[in-house]
Amino acid sequence: MMQQAISAISEWMLPLLVGVILLHGMVKRVPIYSAFVDGAKGGFGTSVRLIPHLIAMVVAVSVFRESGAMDLLVKCLRPILHWLHIPAEVAPMGILRPISGQGSLAMMIDIFQKHGPDSWLGILASTMQASSDTTLYILTVYFGSVGINRFRYALKVGLLSDFISVLASVFAVSLFSGMIHF
Amino acid sequence: MIDFIWLTLFLSGIVIAMFTGNMSHVANAILKGAESGVQLSIGLISAIALWLGLMNIAQQAGAVGWLSARLRPVARFLFPSVPPEHPAMGAILANMSANLLGIGNAATPLGLQAMRELQTLNPDKETASEAMCTLLAVNTASITLIPTTVIAMRMQYHSAHPTAVVGTTLVASAIGTVAAIALDRMYRTIDRRRRGKA
Repeated sequence: MMQQAISAISEWMLPLLVGVILLHGMVKRVPIYSAFVDGAKGGFGTSVRLIPHLIAMVVAVSVFRESGAMDLLVKCLRPILHWLHIPAEVAPMGILRPISGQGSLAMMIDIFQKHGPDSWLGILASTMQASSDTTLYILTVYFGSVGINRFRYALKVGLLSDFISVLASVFAVSLFSGMIHF
Repeated sequence: MIDFIWLTLFLSGIVIAMFTGNMSHVANAILKGAESGVQLSIGLISAIALWLGLMNIAQQAGAVGWLSARLRPVARFLFPSVPPEHPAMGAILANMSANLLGIGNAATPLGLQAMRELQTLNPDKETASEAMCTLLAVNTASITLIPTTVIAMRMQYHSAHPTAVVGTTLVASAIGTVAAIALDRMYRTIDRRRRGKA
């Protein structure tokens, strides 16, 4: 019941939001069609400005992954992650999450296929994927769109909070599966 | 900072490829990576244009102003350097609302709009302002009510309880967001001190 309600909400959210925005605009006598077209014009320029930034970052991440450097990094960090009670199966995913959203999504699916989406690991992988975002991509896109080259402390904050998100995911899943009692 | 990370990704990849014999993969990755970088950018046009269009309607109808008024106390705490009446505040609030609702493809265009507005307040156009860093911290940790993509993936892999992760995601992302805001404050203070001395 609860579950049905939530999946219904996530399906309805987008169409309802669009409907509400249009209707509200109409009621407030906004010329909705021309207002939409006027606003949408900005989309092209913004996307085009991003091209050089995304090429730079995606090429670097691809090189890092395809060379086997990513696998090596995961192997080196495994003992530390083990010590923090992060299961070895999701460790590569946690490391990949801030660097490549597609990559970590692929790893989540891999865990689904091996262990099932409703297994403890499946739930943990889902939570890790959902509770954080691709920090490197967001930084590239956001700063790239306005031409900022010096990120100051933003990357440090992003990566540290990603790490905390992984720990928080392990904590939350343990909490919900009854492994931690208060 | 970004130079260093960029170089590290490339150099470590190339050096390690020498030992693993993956050099042909790396060569391929350079070309393919450039290609998917372009595809990613072009792919964003649709979502950005759609949401900027809808937001323009909402803005002219006064909806953005209304939402800003409701969330103003939170935003004032998070972004003390942005004047409350500045359009940047409206864009920031719209971006935060989209994140909260889990409409990820709306959050990015709205976030980019916020960055554009914040850039008008930024004295040094090539260096991130404090408000920008905070916006990024809030976005990378993105507190999520309904993780739409992950739920869809779980359904596709025949999960008996696809929405079982809503609660865990909410707890984990709330902790992550609080941590991100705290870290942002901490590093901002450190950064100010360092700049004060210099």
